Amino acid sequence: MMLKLFAAAFAAVLLIGGAADAQGTNSGAKLNDAQIAHIAYTAGLADIANARQALKKSKNKDIRAFAQEMLRDHKAVNDKALALVKKLKVTPQNNDTSKAIAKGQADKRAELAKLKGKAFDKAYADNEVAYHKTVNSALESTLIPSATNPELKSLLETGLKIFQGHEQHAEHVAAEFK
Amino acid sequence: MRAGMIVLVAALSAVLVAPAGAKTVTVMMDNVAYVPVNISARVGDVIEWKNVDLVAHTATARDKSFDITILPNKTRTLTLKKAGEFDYYCKFHPNMTGHISVKP
Repeated sequence: MMLKLFAAAFAAVLLIGGAADAQGTNSGAKLNDAQIAHIAYTAGLADIANARQALKKSKNKDIRAFAQEMLRDHKAVNDKALALVKKLKVTPQNNDTSKAIAKGQADKRAELAKLKGKAFDKAYADNEVAYHKTVNSALESTLIPSATNPELKSLLETGLKIFQGHEQHAEHVAAEFK
Repeated sequence: MRAGMIVLVAALSAVLVAPAGAKTVTVMMDNVAYVPVNISARVGDVIEWKNVDLVAHTATARDKSFDITILPNKTRTLTLKKAGEFDYYCKFHPNMTGHISVKP
């Protein structure tokens, strides 16, 4: 239920992102590259924090392997994103979507902190499926089409393929706990 | 009987890995895909996976006959030992799939 609420809130923020911009400092009707880079980076950081929590709490071999993979892959993509914004001399810009992602996943971790053993493992795996679904759909429908810099667009496209892989992997892991 | 089998296998191996026929087939791991997706080779040939992606990948056979992890900017090889059709995928990114057709 919480997952669905979060996904809906996240989607809503993305959809109204353009409207918020019109009243803010940005003249464009859609997210700009500095905001898109911030959103993608924040989404990666949130999943790294989720993985760290899983490595602290879980003893399950598959959960731990998946969490290690999330740490490794999201760090690799975020490092590449940092190098790219530096090269492009773009300063990532915080925004409502980034805030919604960071808060949504922090709330989720607070909820998961109360669980133990198999209950934690199942909740972590389910959240990873739902979170990757939400982020992937945002990348596909909003972030990639809105990105104007070709190098940023290309990195987001590569990221999407990697994260679609995570979504499938998370589904396999989650299936063990059904 | 057993000794005879070993001799036979050894003789066959000698024929199969004869340098004349052996070749190396390169498969790139690029943008979360095996390129090319489908390859054909013969027993004794070598498959060489080159990972030019940002992240680690694996080449994992569905029938578990091989399972190789290739880190970014690394290359790893596999010498084909038996004939058959092998579907494989990346354990980390199961949307990444490939196929090797190995002829005797």
